[in-house]
Amino acid sequence: MTVAAQPQAHPQKVSLREPPSWRRTKNQLMTVLMVLAFVVTLVPLGFVLVTVIAKGASIISWSFLTSSIPPPVLPANVGGMGPAIVGTLEITALATVIAVPLGILGAIYINEYGGKGFLAQVVRFMSDVMTGVPSIIMGLFIFTLWTLRFQYSGLGGALALACLMLPVVIRSSEEMLKLVPDSLREGSYALGATKARVTVTVVLPAAVGGIVSGALLAVARATGETAPLLFTIGIVTSVNANVFSGSNTSLPSQIFLNATQPYDGAQARGWGAALTLVVIAFIFMIAARLVTARFARYQR
Amino acid sequence: MEQSEQNVAGQTGKKATASMRGPEPLVRHPAEPAGTGNLIFDVRDMSVWYGGFQAVTDVTLPIYENEITAFIGSSGSGKSTVLRAFNRMNDLVPGARVAGEMYYRGANLYGADVSPIAVRRRIGMVFQKPNPFPKSIYDNVAYGPRINGERNRHRLDEIVERSLRGAALWDEVKNRLKTSGLALSGGQAQRLCIARTIAVEPDVVLMDEPASALDPISTGAIEDLMHELKSRFTIVIVTHNMQQATRVSDRTAFFYVLTDSASDTRTGVLVEYASTKQIFEDPQDSRTQAYVTGRMG
Repeated sequence: MTVAAQPQAHPQKVSLREPPSWRRTKNQLMTVLMVLAFVVTLVPLGFVLVTVIAKGASIISWSFLTSSIPPPVLPANVGGMGPAIVGTLEITALATVIAVPLGILGAIYINEYGGKGFLAQVVRFMSDVMTGVPSIIMGLFIFTLWTLRFQYSGLGGALALACLMLPVVIRSSEEMLKLVPDSLREGSYALGATKARVTVTVVLPAAVGGIVSGALLAVARATGETAPLLFTIGIVTSVNANVFSGSNTSLPSQIFLNATQPYDGAQARGWGAALTLVVIAFIFMIAARLVTARFARYQR
Repeated sequence: MEQSEQNVAGQTGKKATASMRGPEPLVRHPAEPAGTGNLIFDVRDMSVWYGGFQAVTDVTLPIYENEITAFIGSSGSGKSTVLRAFNRMNDLVPGARVAGEMYYRGANLYGADVSPIAVRRRIGMVFQKPNPFPKSIYDNVAYGPRINGERNRHRLDEIVERSLRGAALWDEVKNRLKTSGLALSGGQAQRLCIARTIAVEPDVVLMDEPASALDPISTGAIEDLMHELKSRFTIVIVTHNMQQATRVSDRTAFFYVLTDSASDTRTGVLVEYASTKQIFEDPQDSRTQAYVTGRMG
């Protein structure tokens, strides 16, 4: 150790600490509160995950994922949730096909074409109102409009889910389109592009990451909806691969049915279905992240 | 109705200033004969409104072929507004309105049957802030040719190389044409935007303070580039940097903000327009002189 490396000694060393004061106390108080808030939000999430995994993991097996749904009185080692998994996947996929393109086109209209015009304001307002409609009301809406006439089918459930997803997709896509700087639009216009061209070749690619992740979050959300499916898809115990006709079933519906049964076997299958649903939603979330990262390639 | 009110306000403003400054004519036509000659833009008594606000009043100026014309003047004097009227970018601003006559190679730019799209394919623009698209360098330059219908891979390659060479960027990016245009430095990004603009072979390149966000080295590169581009394009540049105007331009127009305190209105006017040499060495208007010597603005 050389002397030069040591800090120079100052007779009156400056203190750069925050002096004890009400401000300092407030700062510490708020820090503690925020850590508490973090813990308070994290604990229930942790409990939910731990419980679902603890109670559901033991029943999960390949045969559970593929077998038909047995009568509730049978023990846990019989049957599985195959029809519900297939139903959830096909109903959600159909709902996505209906809601996502429509929602993105709606957002493009509102943000790029409608501007402050009457129709755009109406669409924006209506999608806000739709966001606030409880999901069971959407189920009833499709029930009276569709199910009463065309019977139970996966399509009915998909329509109800699409109604729920549509406003979310519209508003999240609109926010993403708003984030695209006008300088990019101007750059494209200045090269002689038409409005449609500007929208398709510059605005959409610039916003696509956010739009896709918003849409996938809406999908993940819809995957777990029970209420809209209650009176639109009916119930089956074997796989119905035709989403357009005949009763169908879904994981959320099966969780609801099995959890309300007094039999241990049914309850165990309910937990298994719950874990499967959580995993599917989780996969959608991961996909959303990956897609966002993939599209962000040229963003920086 | 609103328009006529604004006009009156603008004129009173002019009179007030004119009486203060003595009987100086507001607009000077070029004192010297028109160099190489061909008239590209012929602007007569042009005014532009944004809603009820009259941004520029009665601008009259000719722009000549293969010259660099610089617009100088303080903020709010309407330089950018006039520039953006040349390729109808003001159309994109809600409430923007243009009055007066504006001819581009004999055609009325604001004629009823004129397509702004067709105008902008001939009259390109480089903006103050570099705005590369979030695409690869290659796709940025190929963007214009592609929207004009060029699909041939081979020809696109040629255009991209020629344009990037034209913008003095080729050597720096030739090995990473597939990387994002946003990864470039400010000066490189601006040259990419210039390459993108010249890739469509425009007739005129409008530049709105193209170097104001750049460091001196990059600025120098852009200025050198302008001298080279001059032989192929007509360039109009808005700049806040008077040294830049003297370095690059053949002709300079000085814009000024007229304020009318009585009606609290302000509007931009063209005060003096002449060869750059004359504007900076022998300005005829006292306001021009005050501005170019740094005593005002």
